[in-house]
Amino acid sequence: MSTQAFGSSGIDQAFGSSGLDQAFGSSDPNGPARDAGWEDSPPRVGFFTDTSICIGCKACEVACKEWNGNPDDGFDLLGSSFDNTGQLSGSTWRHVAFIEQRRPAGTAAGVFLGMPESPARPPVELGMPSLSRPGDSGDTDGRTEFRWLMSSDVCKHCTNAACLDVCPTGALFRTEFGTVVVQDDICNGCGYCVPACPYGVIDRRIGEQGTKNVGLAQKCTLCYDRLKVGQTPACAQACPTQSIQFGTLDELRERAVDRVQTLHDAGVSEARLYGEDPAGGTGGSGAFFLLLDEPEVYGLPPDPVATTADLPRMWKHAGLAAAGFLAAAVTAFAGRRR
Amino acid sequence: MVPDATFTSYYGRPVVKPSPWELDIPAYLFLGGLAAGSSLLGAGADLSDRPVLRRAGRLGALAAISLSLVALVRDLGRPSRFLNMMRVLKPTSPMSVGTWILTAYGPGAAVAGAAEAARLLPINLGLIGRLLDVAARPAGLAAAGVAPAVASYTGVLLSDTATPAWHDAHRELPFLFVSSAAAASGGFGMLTAPLDEAGPARRMAVGGALAELAIEQRMEHSMGLSAETLHTGTAGTLMKASKALTLGGALGAAFLGGRSRTAAAISGAALMAGSACTRFGVFEAGQHSAKDPKYTVVPQRERLNRRRAGGNQPTTEEAR
Repeated sequence: MSTQAFGSSGIDQAFGSSGLDQAFGSSDPNGPARDAGWEDSPPRVGFFTDTSICIGCKACEVACKEWNGNPDDGFDLLGSSFDNTGQLSGSTWRHVAFIEQRRPAGTAAGVFLGMPESPARPPVELGMPSLSRPGDSGDTDGRTEFRWLMSSDVCKHCTNAACLDVCPTGALFRTEFGTVVVQDDICNGCGYCVPACPYGVIDRRIGEQGTKNVGLAQKCTLCYDRLKVGQTPACAQACPTQSIQFGTLDELRERAVDRVQTLHDAGVSEARLYGEDPAGGTGGSGAFFLLLDEPEVYGLPPDPVATTADLPRMWKHAGLAAAGFLAAAVTAFAGRRR
Repeated sequence: MVPDATFTSYYGRPVVKPSPWELDIPAYLFLGGLAAGSSLLGAGADLSDRPVLRRAGRLGALAAISLSLVALVRDLGRPSRFLNMMRVLKPTSPMSVGTWILTAYGPGAAVAGAAEAARLLPINLGLIGRLLDVAARPAGLAAAGVAPAVASYTGVLLSDTATPAWHDAHRELPFLFVSSAAAASGGFGMLTAPLDEAGPARRMAVGGALAELAIEQRMEHSMGLSAETLHTGTAGTLMKASKALTLGGALGAAFLGGRSRTAAAISGAALMAGSACTRFGVFEAGQHSAKDPKYTVVPQRERLNRRRAGGNQPTTEEAR
């Protein structure tokens, strides 16, 4: 693992290769750091967010704000179930979505969703109404036509990252861990990465003059500072149900496939992975998800694409248009004098 | 949550984020195009001995590109760091490429414009004035050589984003923008030069305006669903105004522009206004298409379903 300081290594790296690795095509989903010019990079890391065991506690949102010192986005009641955060933003890098869904009862009846067991400690009577967990009995009586969907969204740290491609200053760079990070001391707030991101993740930080990093593009760093010293990102560390799992991408992918199989075997046929496919439009995400419904239900794009893939064609069109303009001007003067 | 029969969203919230850009950016799109076309006219007028058109072209280009730079810097989240744009040259970033195109264009346009301004001064600048006189032609020609790129790269700037209406227009946008630039700068030439010098400006204006109208039609057909955003709200009003002004200006320029100085000036002004409406309209349409999840979700869902129906191996994320 590199021992260089965050700032200097990041700048050198961004200056050296400027993310050109991903120019015009997909890079190796396992080695974007190598493609970006890192030598001896550690294995690529990421998040596997298993929404089937998310309980909507928002510990990830809080841990992220606390660790990264991010300001609030205002305290509003949004009228969208328990979600008063709304969306990922320049100041909010984890966002828990809440969906209250009516659907036929019993589709996932009595399925134990695999919450972590408390290790070998006998239950202590706390005077609560019951010691058993809801759903443990497998008894479907009293179930209603209702289910909760909860999902903690985050930057996807794409293999083909549109934000990194379009950044004109080199402020966005690929770290040795294969993640995508903004260098706060380089970004000039041009805002180009904001419409470029196919997931709507990155944004300029809005706030009073004097707010930390106000006006700059901001997003999840996958806790680059914690990774540097071998620690788990704050959100994954804080998640009480292991809905947010951190690890090397290869291992997370294996775990995710196993988990989908387990859920399918248990009758949860709607479980599917989102964002892990290297053949997808962003070349496979460093942060991917297990969802229980279509992505758009959670506010995620169904088929996101990094538009840089079309860039060679777009440059060709711009070249033709420019040539046409020059020819038109020459023709205008070549005409008769008057 | 299924709030709409045709597509699903999360409480109707946007999926992609609209650009954080203010009206500085469409203003720049217009001014950059105007500057580019004016440099071409200025250089052509210089070579073909049309002194008033030459002066108007060079001064217009200098003014338009100066205002462009102000708009571009103003729109940054940290204007004081605008020079960070010059840390790198990235072909994957249209904004980086654009920065270097403007860097190549600016000095030539500035020297040519300064030479014209110096001649207008009541005082003699001596050596500086003579140097500017000598440098004006090569500088103006250098600027004119880069000018077409100044006008066309902005099409790529907008379309290399996840903003539906901008990316869906990626085939036509560079062509639309150079046509619009030709119409605006041709109009500017008609507005500022006398009839016996304005012939080339008139031809450029009419050609640009007709091309702009034709390409805009084609673009609307090839965009798909997001073309709707060109017809609704602020964007709809602007695009309608753009068509009326451009068509009216083109007709006026073609039939009256060579005979009446007044008609030429009015037509020229109409073409400039039409071009500005096009830029602001396309900008607004994009912002609207990003804010409404429909334009992101529906085409992507259809694409996914088509791919599934096409018998391609469904990925795990698609498997139901």
